[in-house]
Amino acid sequence: MGLDFSILPKYMDVLLLGCLWTIGITVAAALLSFFVGIFFAVIALYAPWLIKQPFRLIEWVFMGTPLLLQLFLIYFGLVQIGIDLPAFVAGVIGLGLHFAVYNSELIQTAILAVDKGQMEAARTLGLSRGQALRKVVIPQAVRDVIPPIGNNMIALLKDSALVSVIGVSELTLSAQRMIGKTYRPFEFYLAAAALYYIINLSMEWVQRKIERRIAISR
Amino acid sequence: MNEQTKFVEIRHAQKSYGDLEVLKDISLTVDRGQIVGIIGSSGSGKSTLLRAINDLDPLTGGEVWLDGVQVNKNLPYRKYEKHINEMRQQVGMVFQHFNLFPHMTARENVTMAPIMLKGLSKAEANKLAEEQLDEVGLLERIDYYPSQLSGGQKQRVAIARALAMKPKLMLFDEATSALDPELVEEVNLVMKKLAEKHMTMIIVTHEMDFASSVCDRVLFMDQGVVVEEGPPEVIFKNPKQKRTREFLRKHLAGAK
Ligand SMILES: Nc1ncnc2c1ncn2[C@@H]1O[C@H](COP(=O)(O)OP(=O)(O)O)[C@@H](O)[C@H]1O
Ligand SMILES: [Mg+2]
Repeated sequence: MGLDFSILPKYMDVLLLGCLWTIGITVAAALLSFFVGIFFAVIALYAPWLIKQPFRLIEWVFMGTPLLLQLFLIYFGLVQIGIDLPAFVAGVIGLGLHFAVYNSELIQTAILAVDKGQMEAARTLGLSRGQALRKVVIPQAVRDVIPPIGNNMIALLKDSALVSVIGVSELTLSAQRMIGKTYRPFEFYLAAAALYYIINLSMEWVQRKIERRIAISR
Repeated sequence: MNEQTKFVEIRHAQKSYGDLEVLKDISLTVDRGQIVGIIGSSGSGKSTLLRAINDLDPLTGGEVWLDGVQVNKNLPYRKYEKHINEMRQQVGMVFQHFNLFPHMTARENVTMAPIMLKGLSKAEANKLAEEQLDEVGLLERIDYYPSQLSGGQKQRVAIARALAMKPKLMLFDEATSALDPELVEEVNLVMKKLAEKHMTMIIVTHEMDFASSVCDRVLFMDQGVVVEEGPPEVIFKNPKQKRTREFLRKHLAGAK
């Protein structure tokens, strides 16, 4: 059986639908990981000891165990204690929290690297520490970590394939289903790879645009 | 509460970092509308004294009073934070390195605190930004980011930002030391304009000419004490203390 890419157009709609799911899950998880990452970073740096502890545990779980296991835990495990999440939501939460932990590390470093004079200038105007963090320090820290966070988000896109195991019909699972029908793994996996690559390029393009836009305000 | 004249009063200010005593029992009063210059070599404690006034570097001993209210009151943490934020709103501070917020335009730098702390509407805030930036001659740069401004322009925006809170007192910590020589004058002019409006100011400076033309009184600090203070004519032309004379001689030699 030779290669025959001519069967792809017939199933393109399925693959494109899979693409949409992949994009949806990636964007949702990326946003979650960004904002939760900031939140985790602030907790890690400024919360009282007691409040930090549960977050330490979350961090340890999400950094120290496989993402696959985390997804199983959220999707299949939580059902047992009465939390029955749709697969898409479970996937977004799993991916989002997993990468939030990584983003938090980056943001913490960036917050500490913001010039001390910034906090001082804000406090001198009469802002509280919380206000100064929110309006002055964190926005600058976030600007500084856009490039490494962008890299994390591309890793997130690739890892989004893992949510196929809990049944989200994203790109990888869609390709697998078509393979089941047509017995043409090479063609469909290659097509999926090409589509991932295109999404990847678009994400890099967005990242460059954001970087260029904020260059002036750094 | 206090007599009108004692507008700023520092009583027996003492500050140590571990074993290092940086301020040694300094007392100082500044009247309303007065302009006081502080000179002295690097490391003599000028910044520490200035920053104690708005509690940026808290004293380890002594008291700071502003307009009849003690700044460094002994209060529980939360109450103290509220109190100190209110006090700081009344004291503008200008730093050597400007410390403008780089992610905000000149307009946003000026309006951020008034919007957050005084609840100004967008329209009021914009009017305020226009007024304050016009005052420092930078109205046409209102929507520029700090990265698009020269050092002198940055410092003028920083002054506008401080003035936008309508402070009672302005503190300047070597406001022109980081500037290229040709940019010093534009900032000095803004400060002179403030002086003409009788803003109360405490100015740490290395510029003896500027200090003698603007200040009502000049303090010479060395190793954490005020060695000598008096009107600029006396301090610069006819100082009584040997240490003052030595400092001025070295400083003038260095300036040449
Ligand atoms: N955070 C700090 N920790 C330890 N020593 C400090 C600190 N800040 C300032 N000092 C010391 O205090 C002294 C006075 O500093 P400063 O007030 O900045 O002097 P000036 O402004 O006159 O140059 C210096 O010896 C300086 O090294
Ligand atoms: Mg200094």
